[in-house]
Amino acid sequence: MATKLFALEDLKRTLREAAGVAEGVDLDGDILDTEFEVIGYESLALLETGSLIEREYGISLDEEAVSEANTPRAFIDVVNAQLAPAQAA
Amino acid sequence: MTATVVVTGLGIAAPNGLGIQDYWSATLSGKHGIGRITRFDPSGYPARLAGQLSGFEAADHLPSRLLPQTDRVTRLALVAADWALKDADTDPAQRPEFDMGVITASAAGGYEFGQGELQNLWSRGSQHVSAYQSFAWFYAVNSGQISIRNGMKGPSGVVVSEGAGGLDAVAQARRQIRKGTSLIVTGAIDASICPWGWVGQLSTGKLSTSEEPDRAYVPFDRDAHGYVPGEGGAILIAEDADTARERGARVYGEIAGYGATIDPRPGSDREPGLRKAIEVALADAGADARDIDVVFADGAGDPAGDLVEALAISAVFGDHGVAVTVPKTMTGRLYSGGAPLDLAAAFLTMRDGVVPPTVHVEPCADYPLDLVLDEPRRTEVRTALVLARGNGGFNSAMVVRATR
Repeated sequence: MATKLFALEDLKRTLREAAGVAEGVDLDGDILDTEFEVIGYESLALLETGSLIEREYGISLDEEAVSEANTPRAFIDVVNAQLAPAQAA
Repeated sequence: MTATVVVTGLGIAAPNGLGIQDYWSATLSGKHGIGRITRFDPSGYPARLAGQLSGFEAADHLPSRLLPQTDRVTRLALVAADWALKDADTDPAQRPEFDMGVITASAAGGYEFGQGELQNLWSRGSQHVSAYQSFAWFYAVNSGQISIRNGMKGPSGVVVSEGAGGLDAVAQARRQIRKGTSLIVTGAIDASICPWGWVGQLSTGKLSTSEEPDRAYVPFDRDAHGYVPGEGGAILIAEDADTARERGARVYGEIAGYGATIDPRPGSDREPGLRKAIEVALADAGADARDIDVVFADGAGDPAGDLVEALAISAVFGDHGVAVTVPKTMTGRLYSGGAPLDLAAAFLTMRDGVVPPTVHVEPCADYPLDLVLDEPRRTEVRTALVLARGNGGFNSAMVVRATR
């Protein structure tokens, strides 16, 4: 297996920068399979987060896949789906 | 029976003081907050003075989740709303969410945020524009963010009528409370001291180009030559009087009367609408001119606007017939935020029996006004009138009254 190109730590860093952290939420807790809504991120926050990732990594994310990714694990998979071919190329 | 609407909480963000105590003690002592702009370099602009808030750090008051999506104006509004709710001693989480609403006024929206995103768009490309620009610039954004933060899902909205908007929003809050909502967060905060916002304000040609903070904005003075803009305002908690009484709330006073008019077209020989707005507000309050103990004047700060207001006041109250004050000489004109701040000052005036002064003004003898100058005036105040005008011909008047 290839190592994860975009990991949870990368997502947390980007979420903090793009959208901040809600009161009473600990991003360093066990959030990988927690729904974004529960940790205070709605679709606009994820849109902004996706936009930041696109700029940082020079990739283009599948908008529909981003909107359907409702947990950090699913979101990371969406990013890696674009990142892997981009880095292989 | 029409419901009585009272104010139970105040949240103040003014250039001469943050919070009720700071603002009120500064205002009674004549301390102003006008100075050369520090938020950007104003040297290339014809107007260089503003009333700026100092000592406000949004991150000290708000979660980081709210910072990337808010302009300075919304951060101020959110914090002022928090302060007002705390002052009203009520916890929104303990009240039915559809029984609370948010109705504020806005003259500009989030200009600094918008400027930043326009700069991103034209210097770096559309991929660099924040998704939050979709709402962060918008007039209704303060109402929306206060509503979301406090779980208020009842009647909400925004009123846009420049300087008159602050009174118009409180009047709309009163309407919604009379229709059955028990609490409305109202008032207004405006803040657009950034280059883009400044250029928009300069376009009216009404800004003072003076460089002297204590002579730049002098309404009713023979040297009046324009106004100094400021940032800030006040958020008020308006409640149904019965509900407020049942929960044992401390009441600042009643929103007793309101009137609003639009001026005739420029160049018309018809009388401007301000006198009519005052008369409508008095009638709505069931008050006579003799009942009004003090008038918080709009204070345009230019000869034409000052003359119209002086004539309207003297037409209703007689020459030198009522105490008149313009505490916004200490803050500059705060657009929509100015009148709610005057409402707050009127309630504090009633509470303490002391009228705050008008500063920096040597009154022009042509205006038959009893201006409260330089020093606060001790007198019992049971009923006050607040006047506010907005660019474009808006006139609003509101009567507030101590509750018995």
